[in-house]
Amino acid sequence: MIRPEAPILLEVRGLHARIGDVEILKGLDLTVRAGEIHAIMGPNGSGKSTFSKVLAGHPDYEVTAGTVTFLGQDLLTMEPEDRARAGMFLAFQYPIELPGVSNAAFLRLAYNSVQAARGGEELDPLEFDDFIREKCQVVEMNPAFLDRSVNEGFSGGEKKRNEILQLAVLEPALAILDETDSGLDIDALRVVSAGVNQVATPDRAIVMVTHYQRLLDHIQPDFVHVMAAGRILKTGGKELALELEERGYDWIKADAGVLR
Amino acid sequence: MSLETLVNQPYKHGFVTDIESETLPPGLTEDTVRAISAKKQEPDWLLEFRLKAFRHWLTLTPPTWANVSHPPIDFQDIVYYSAPKPKKQLNSLDEVDPELLRTFEKLGIPLSEQKQLANVAVDVVFDSVSVATTFKTKLAEAGVIFCSISEAVQRHPELVRAYLGSVVPYTDNYYAALNSAVFTDGSFCFIPKDTACPMELSTYFRINNQESGQFERTLIVAEERSSVSYLEGCTAPQFDTNQLHAAVVELVALEDADIKYSTVQNWYAGDADGKGGIFNFVTKRGLCKGARSRISWTQVETGSAITWKYPSCVLLGDDSTGEFYSVALTNHMQQADTGTKMIHIGKRTRSTIISKGISAGRSHNSYRGEVKVMPGARDARNYSQCDSMLIGDRSEASTFPTLDVANPTARIEHEASTSRIGEDQLFYFAQRGIGSEEAISMIINGFCKDVFTQLPMEFAVEATKLLGLKLEGSVG
Repeated sequence: MIRPEAPILLEVRGLHARIGDVEILKGLDLTVRAGEIHAIMGPNGSGKSTFSKVLAGHPDYEVTAGTVTFLGQDLLTMEPEDRARAGMFLAFQYPIELPGVSNAAFLRLAYNSVQAARGGEELDPLEFDDFIREKCQVVEMNPAFLDRSVNEGFSGGEKKRNEILQLAVLEPALAILDETDSGLDIDALRVVSAGVNQVATPDRAIVMVTHYQRLLDHIQPDFVHVMAAGRILKTGGKELALELEERGYDWIKADAGVLR
Repeated sequence: MSLETLVNQPYKHGFVTDIESETLPPGLTEDTVRAISAKKQEPDWLLEFRLKAFRHWLTLTPPTWANVSHPPIDFQDIVYYSAPKPKKQLNSLDEVDPELLRTFEKLGIPLSEQKQLANVAVDVVFDSVSVATTFKTKLAEAGVIFCSISEAVQRHPELVRAYLGSVVPYTDNYYAALNSAVFTDGSFCFIPKDTACPMELSTYFRINNQESGQFERTLIVAEERSSVSYLEGCTAPQFDTNQLHAAVVELVALEDADIKYSTVQNWYAGDADGKGGIFNFVTKRGLCKGARSRISWTQVETGSAITWKYPSCVLLGDDSTGEFYSVALTNHMQQADTGTKMIHIGKRTRSTIISKGISAGRSHNSYRGEVKVMPGARDARNYSQCDSMLIGDRSEASTFPTLDVANPTARIEHEASTSRIGEDQLFYFAQRGIGSEEAISMIINGFCKDVFTQLPMEFAVEATKLLGLKLEGSVG
């Protein structure tokens, strides 16, 4: 939903970032307002996943120039956990396994950390049990998964579903989905998309990083950005994704003068 | 907070008590052994035992097979007897030097009975001498003997003589021989037949003297159909030299007896560069002598510069059970080579081994275990599970399991795993709003759950806190 008067949640200006000696982001600009759904597409190696990790504060990446303002705060000076508590959520492309850590305990600790930062009510294990069972329905997840270790032995689809369960529990202001659709069969894609759509309210925003049009059939973007060579080269509406499906990326890269 | 800053937490028990001690000069000769025995006014048979051990020790060389390294120990540079000087014969706790009481108060071990955990009797050993035992009267009513081993030698010589060295003979190994020659004190527990010990028994060991070695000797005997739960805790001040701790613990369980022995070891581990710390070279063994007896070792090892320790069970009685539950955590430059031996001799004997090793910093953590099934041990069963967890990328974990099965009816299972707490896991936690300290504590607690559930409740809480403290500041 595009509303020019809606408050700005995220403002990225001239962002440069590198891993080791390799510069990956080279002057990225992006503005996200409440209620908007953005899709970031682009060829492999364009820096899409790096961008989402930099926003979340992954320690492997170093920001060398530019600014990021999130809900009026200077995001780049914040620790990763403070970014999460302030309402930024990253659904991981490859969710991490945490052997020995029960999913239920993990979700409750995460929920209570975020609630404490928001000044909301924290839940004890019994209250949380009721709360989480309801949330499980959002992603059609069997509550038996709550007793298992976080992501351990989960199939690819189950891991992605678990990410969306976390999203539904934490209700962040901004959700970044890093290739959440990769490795999902059609049924799982439907379930995951339904979960995301349920979270996408007018006061929140979603940024999806994806390779494929098929996710956009389920979650309709307001903006489609094409990223290559560490920058956003072109921005359009959802019809741009269809054009990309047909024509590929080279014509955009050629227009921008970055075709090698 | 980074993983690195998180594992590096200062040692809280590193202070020294200023107290007058009676100390023998450093060095070890036959005269030293005689002097220790004379100071303790021991009977001739015990002096004989010590002398035989000493002469045997002279023929041995220190073991080198463990996966640890340290400069050679100069055994002539160690003080073998150091005792806080008693002002006069102690008749009650009120007469214990107030400086000592304050020391243990500071360590969280209040000795006055009003202040104690209501259901734990404590024997405290300072350097190598027992300074106080609480709740003696209440235990005596149940027929339980719980006192320092020196006192037991005087008051119950027949019991000590019957069992001392019966599980760990002085010929067993280098450090057991040394201990048998020079041990100065330790705890003695005797649970008569058909008695469930009415409270937890506990010994708290404190090394104070910089030059002295600590050589305590613990002997626990549980008669037919009796049961006891025993806890051991230890700390030491922070010195930049190494102190040697070479204890021997012997457990004897007669028919249908049940002994549960729990340790939370927090000796000073040396600084971040490996300077100082305790060399913890300990021999612990239990003998399931009677049918259907059970011995269970639970240990949480977090301290010491070097740990060399294999609490073991000899399953002699038919249908007897041996258990070993261990969490060993090493950080900085610490080295641990620890595990167990389960020797199946009786029929239908069963053993369980659950070992969890956690290595952080530049530490080395090894599990070494042996399961031996003798030809006569029909239908013996063993289950072993050895898991290692690495924190950061400069620590090491090794596993050395040995199976020696001489009876075809045995059923042996062994499982092992290695995992790592990585930056990616901590980032995942952080991205869900959970800071690294809570994250590590969650991972470690999950990893150690199977062992912690074996600890008495107060100890389980302590152990969880202790691991948290040891790891504070550890991930980089």
